Amino acid sequence: MDRFSWSNGLLEIDETLVVQQRGVRLYDGDDKVKMELGVALLSTHRLIWRDIKNHVRSEQLCTIKQSHAKIVIHLHPSSPSKEPGPFQNSKYSYIKLSFKEHGQIEFYRRLTEEMTQKRWETTPCFFPPSMQGRKTRAVGIVGIERKIEEKRKETDKNISEAFEDLSKLMVKAKEMVELSRSIATKIKDKQGDITEDETIRFKSYLLSMGIANPVTRETHGSGTRYHMQLAKQLGDMLQAPLEERGGMMALTEVYCLVNRARGMELLSPEDLLNACKMLESMRLPLRLRVFDSGVMVVQLQSHSEEEMIASALDNVLEKGSLTAEEFAKLLGLSVLLSKERLLLAEKVGHLCRDDSVEGLRFYPNRF
Amino acid sequence: MSFEWPWQYHFPPFFTLQPNVDTRQKQLAAWCSLVLSYCRHHKLYTLDVMEAQESPVFNNKKMERKLSVEAIQVVFEELRKKGNLEWLDKNKTRCLVMWRQPEEWGKLMYQWVSKNGMVNSVFTLYELSNGDDTHGEEFHGLEEWMLLRSLQALQTDGKAEIITMDDGKGVKFF
Repeated sequence: MDRFSWSNGLLEIDETLVVQQRGVRLYDGDDKVKMELGVALLSTHRLIWRDIKNHVRSEQLCTIKQSHAKIVIHLHPSSPSKEPGPFQNSKYSYIKLSFKEHGQIEFYRRLTEEMTQKRWETTPCFFPPSMQGRKTRAVGIVGIERKIEEKRKETDKNISEAFEDLSKLMVKAKEMVELSRSIATKIKDKQGDITEDETIRFKSYLLSMGIANPVTRETHGSGTRYHMQLAKQLGDMLQAPLEERGGMMALTEVYCLVNRARGMELLSPEDLLNACKMLESMRLPLRLRVFDSGVMVVQLQSHSEEEMIASALDNVLEKGSLTAEEFAKLLGLSVLLSKERLLLAEKVGHLCRDDSVEGLRFYPNRF
Repeated sequence: MSFEWPWQYHFPPFFTLQPNVDTRQKQLAAWCSLVLSYCRHHKLYTLDVMEAQESPVFNNKKMERKLSVEAIQVVFEELRKKGNLEWLDKNKTRCLVMWRQPEEWGKLMYQWVSKNGMVNSVFTLYELSNGDDTHGEEFHGLEEWMLLRSLQALQTDGKAEIITMDDGKGVKFF
């Protein structure tokens, strides 16, 4: 009886029903099995026994023998891959079908026919595992992986949905900027029609949105009064620090110094740059200077280039050779500025460079 | 007699190609004369660029400075412009170094020939460059390509003629 396995009782493709008979009881060997009278179905591939409560058992066919109203079927040993069935173990290797309502002759005939034909060998078909024994695969590692994957997809979808709104916002912002620009130009054209107050208020709105002052002209030489005032302020403020630092300060240092001093009403880098550009044209004692490497400094008008270079050369001669860092330490300057000074000296031919894995070093030009 | 290095050889910036144009010109001039005098001293007639990188000329091991490949190429280009160098291949891996021009070599050889009263005699090329008689002369050990060029220079001057013999080339001095 352990050759039987559960099934859903449905026939597979390629499997056809041969004969079926009601009122059949199963015997495990000689023992009566605790199974009530049911229906025995013979198909080309299997023997299926369905009881009146619709539990179904089936098994592959093998050898048979008839006796009285019973058919004895000798079974092959079950294969190791057999699906779970009603009986795990059985000491008999044959079962009996007892036909209480007759029909065994016909059944036997058909059974032998099928046995000779052995149609289950020629047209193999796949038997799915029975419903009862089936377990879902949603647990275990595979299930966890699947859940993680689903969660990731969910997050992806959420993010892309969220950014959809952002891109819409950006589109709207562009429209707003266009709008404000057009208004700004209109203001510029009709200068006299709007009062000072309103213009100022409008400008402040624009500024808060990050749009540069629309009335400014970017070309050098003509700035707004704001920048001119700022430049004057800078001229006063930076005199003392510049003298302390030997007459030259990098623009970044100026920015930090100025904003720290102001406390409130901080300057933007752009404003500072524009103000510095105007220093020279306003005949202030300071000026903005751009080196070849792109470094921008503010230096005193009185600051002499030749003096600087000559002193640099003296320092290098004294020490034999110098790197930018050593020079900076010597003079108390920032490394950036000291390097600029050395490069300037090289440009006029007073120094020459030694570039190796050890770093960049400057020597007096003995060539 | 061991080779005497110029003062620049011990000056670290010598091994960095100078960005300042004036300085660079002076630097390159010093390199050219160094290369030529080194080749003259060691009687080198050809140079291989890869080998040159490791040669003591371009690699001062004691000072741990060496000229980069790009800089070597610049030096060689400078030599080529001056006429002291010729590339043997398109990829610029090997070159001929002429620390003395062919005409000068020709003159030296002719001087030796006339000094020994051997005008109007015929010499094989081998005799000239590797013969016992020429041992001690400056042109002893001259490589064949340079020898030929120098003799061709003399030929153009009308002072010699290159003859093709059974087993090689020869020259007759007038």
